Amino acid sequence: MGILEVQGVNKAFGGLKALSDVNLNVEENTIHAIIGPNGAGKSTLLNCFIGKLIPDTGSVVFNGTSLLGIKPHEINQLGVSRVFQTPEIFSDLSVFENVMIPCFAKRDGAFKLNALSRVLGQRDVREKAEQMLVDVNMADKRDMIASSLSRGDKRRLEMAMCLAQDPKLLLLDEPTAGMARADTNNTIDLLHEIKSKRDITMAIIEHDMHVVFSLAQKISVLAQGTVIVEDMPENIKGHPKVQEAYLGTPAEG
Amino acid sequence: MDAILLQILNGLDKGSAYALIALGLTLIFGTLGVVNFAHGALFMIGAFCAVTLQKVLTLSTISIDPEKKDFLGQPLKVETPYVHNWFGEATGSSIIEWSVPLAILFAIPVMMAVGYAMERGLIRHFYNRPHADQILVTFGLAIVLQEIVKYFFGANPIQTPAPDTVSGSIDIGLMFGFAENAIIYPIWRLVYFAFAFAIIGAVFAFLRFTTFGMVIRAGMSDRETVGLLGINIDKRFTFMFGIAAAVAGLAGVMYGPINPPNYHMGMDFLVLSFVVVVVGGMGSLPGAVLAGFLLGILESIASTAWATTMIPGINQIIIYLVAIIVLLTRPRGLMGRKGVMEE
Amino acid sequence: MLRLTKKDISLLVVVIVLTMLAPFLLNPFPSDSGLAQFNAGYPDLMQKFVIFGIFAIGFNILFGLTGYLSFGHAAFLGVGSYAAVWMYKLVSYNVLPAVVLAVIVAGLFSVLIGYVSLRRSGIYFSILTLAFAQMSFALAYSVLSNPSFNLTNGETGLQVYANDPQIFHGDHLPNFPHLFGLSMGSTYKMAAGAWEFQFNVAYYFCAIFMILAFYLSMRLVRSPFGLILRAVKTNQTRLNYTGLNTRPYTLAAFVISGMYAGLAGGLLAATDPLAGAERMQWTASGEVVLMTILGGVGTLIGPILGAGFIKYLENIFSKINDNVLHQWFSFMPDGIEDLMVMIIHPFVGKGWHLTLGLMFMLVVTFLPGGLVEGGQRIKTWWANRKSSDKAGKPASTPAE
Repeated sequence: MGILEVQGVNKAFGGLKALSDVNLNVEENTIHAIIGPNGAGKSTLLNCFIGKLIPDTGSVVFNGTSLLGIKPHEINQLGVSRVFQTPEIFSDLSVFENVMIPCFAKRDGAFKLNALSRVLGQRDVREKAEQMLVDVNMADKRDMIASSLSRGDKRRLEMAMCLAQDPKLLLLDEPTAGMARADTNNTIDLLHEIKSKRDITMAIIEHDMHVVFSLAQKISVLAQGTVIVEDMPENIKGHPKVQEAYLGTPAEG
Repeated sequence: MDAILLQILNGLDKGSAYALIALGLTLIFGTLGVVNFAHGALFMIGAFCAVTLQKVLTLSTISIDPEKKDFLGQPLKVETPYVHNWFGEATGSSIIEWSVPLAILFAIPVMMAVGYAMERGLIRHFYNRPHADQILVTFGLAIVLQEIVKYFFGANPIQTPAPDTVSGSIDIGLMFGFAENAIIYPIWRLVYFAFAFAIIGAVFAFLRFTTFGMVIRAGMSDRETVGLLGINIDKRFTFMFGIAAAVAGLAGVMYGPINPPNYHMGMDFLVLSFVVVVVGGMGSLPGAVLAGFLLGILESIASTAWATTMIPGINQIIIYLVAIIVLLTRPRGLMGRKGVMEE
Repeated sequence: MLRLTKKDISLLVVVIVLTMLAPFLLNPFPSDSGLAQFNAGYPDLMQKFVIFGIFAIGFNILFGLTGYLSFGHAAFLGVGSYAAVWMYKLVSYNVLPAVVLAVIVAGLFSVLIGYVSLRRSGIYFSILTLAFAQMSFALAYSVLSNPSFNLTNGETGLQVYANDPQIFHGDHLPNFPHLFGLSMGSTYKMAAGAWEFQFNVAYYFCAIFMILAFYLSMRLVRSPFGLILRAVKTNQTRLNYTGLNTRPYTLAAFVISGMYAGLAGGLLAATDPLAGAERMQWTASGEVVLMTILGGVGTLIGPILGAGFIKYLENIFSKINDNVLHQWFSFMPDGIEDLMVMIIHPFVGKGWHLTLGLMFMLVVTFLPGGLVEGGQRIKTWWANRKSSDKAGKPASTPAE
């Protein structure tokens, strides 16, 4: 029984079939990678998990609750966080404030009119936010304005913001896109570290095979809108179907 | 039936003005991504182009006619417009009489120049600023333009009559087979509608059939890509701004005989034109035109005694009510495209 | 005690001292001197300072924090005024219930308008609020003023008539808005040498509300709620994917700022028991926007500064006529004097709106951060200059 179960999902844009009969099962407490060539439907699939798109048919069930037709913030409150391809942070606010906001969201729910309590007086939230910054090695940048951070630090900050909510499932959309090799390796280490410290499930969409094979415990290969293989990393390497999807010709021999 | 037709006709002139202003607003928004709160002021400046031309044409020499006396027994002062002296009395007075249509020729270069100056001098600097800043700076500009006009022309409306030949009314009802005198309609309003129609047609034809128009349309859907093709899109957009200003100005020139121009007519029309743009769908040219006529006609139907006895004052708020209903049911407007001004 | 930081408390104290001592501070020139025309220490003007200060503080909660630019906030001010005058007409001239009703009615009205307008953001939101405000203006000006149902008394404006019920009105009470018998119109005049200082009841009544309003906005900005409102301005996508529902947050901000506007409207009716539709016009909405940006969007003190600045200039500029101008430039040779008067003439007197429009454009273009930012820039420049004098090299700008 997986934490995220996707069954028979179809999605078409006009005449173009983006997803056809996608089945996917993300096991609890694993790192699950979704790979595939460009245009395979990875982003469309991810958008179906977070309430941005609604599939034409099929079901997406997270921890026993259907995610179809509910709003992004409701999905998040169920325990699904998302890291974006380009980090989405509150760029006008300080790093510390950035991390406090998800803490408030976790503690107070989707809306609370606590207009008369003080941010300075919220010890639980402040301690947690501090801890999160320590976890991603950003404690020294606590008072910087987020927009002035380097790209790598923005990514770390976004990660800290997602983790501050103690999500059950963390969705990562190409977390190393556009990064230099060193940054990519740092990110891999960071994700390993996070995984080792807490019970968390991660679903990663990624192009970079180095990242995929250093992290994933299970891999689904998406091609032309459908999952062609779902298996352990060691079985994916050299799998004829995967080679065909990527290279366009059946593997020889 | 004839009553409804009459109201539809009555709505056409306001509808035409809304459509023309909204068309310009949409062109500017679509190409430059700027919301122009000073667009109503351009409409007003157009109307005052006609006022100015009329004043210039009636500039007179004053001579004293010793033969005649005025009511105080003083020798009568006779004002003779220069144009009478130059072209003879008959030609001279018909030139004055036709000052509003003549003002079209005068207004086109003036409005293009105003539009050009506005874009190059001010709005260009706001392309990369937040929408709120664009709204605020053009709002300030609108106040300034309005006050300048007030300073030179005063606060009272100024009559700009239509030429005599087209200033009467005709019985349209007869043409459609209704009873005599069922639908009496001022000729000038028909002229205005035909004029608006011609301008709208010209703008659409221009966008459709010229290379320039194609670039503009491409720019409206994807500015960056067109820029990548090496086409100097900025210059074309400036020209586009000039055209939008001219369209609003011409709408104002010709509107004078329907409603004597005053300095705040622009603001009055602006708010409604915004509503028109929103109802039509932000960024959709046909939507702007359609919504302009639709709301003009609705407003005129709501002004009938039949409607106002049912709901007092409905004519004052009908446009806003429709706008709210449209936005709640079709958030993108009647013909809005996906992705324009979405979060 | 006030649950504020030290810095905020000192700001609050400054505001309190300034408002309480305003009759002195705004009256620096002796009454018979030529400069007395620049004094602002008389009740009418001081009331406007604090009332529009409240209006701008409230507007800033919406625009400054969430970035939603409402172009229809004057509607709430107008509604507040109408509600207060109705309270006078039906119950009594006591201002307290009138102000309370003004706030409640404006709050309800803003729930209605906010609910619809906030379904859209950006330009759409601005246009929607503008449309709503114009609709309210049309409603107040003509629609809701007909013989069978006269809620607003149209063009004349709503006022109290002798045959109104005023059920709690007694003979011993003033025929003017009052606070339990203390007339809002009464002014204590204190002569001190060449100066005359005026202490007006309505001013102090409004000033206390402004201080409360300021304190509340301070608390709000420093609260988790305020933090999330600021996040709305920065990145709504992230906010939604952080599990927060933007709509109720923005609606709450909208309603709070609508209630501030209603309070300002009620207080306007407390200084003068009259409510007219022109208060709701969109130019009035534009004015509060200008006050907020001129002072400094999103800053605490900015809106108050902006409101005071605009109202003061409005007062001064409207008073200046050609005679005054001739007086000013009388030291110049005649020809130049006339030229100067001619140049300045269009901007003063009836030309105040021209100046206002120009100011709008200049502030938005060159000083989008308003007076507060301007002050900070001068401060930094000064500090840099001084330190470079000392050290002989430019100091680095301290991080914000």
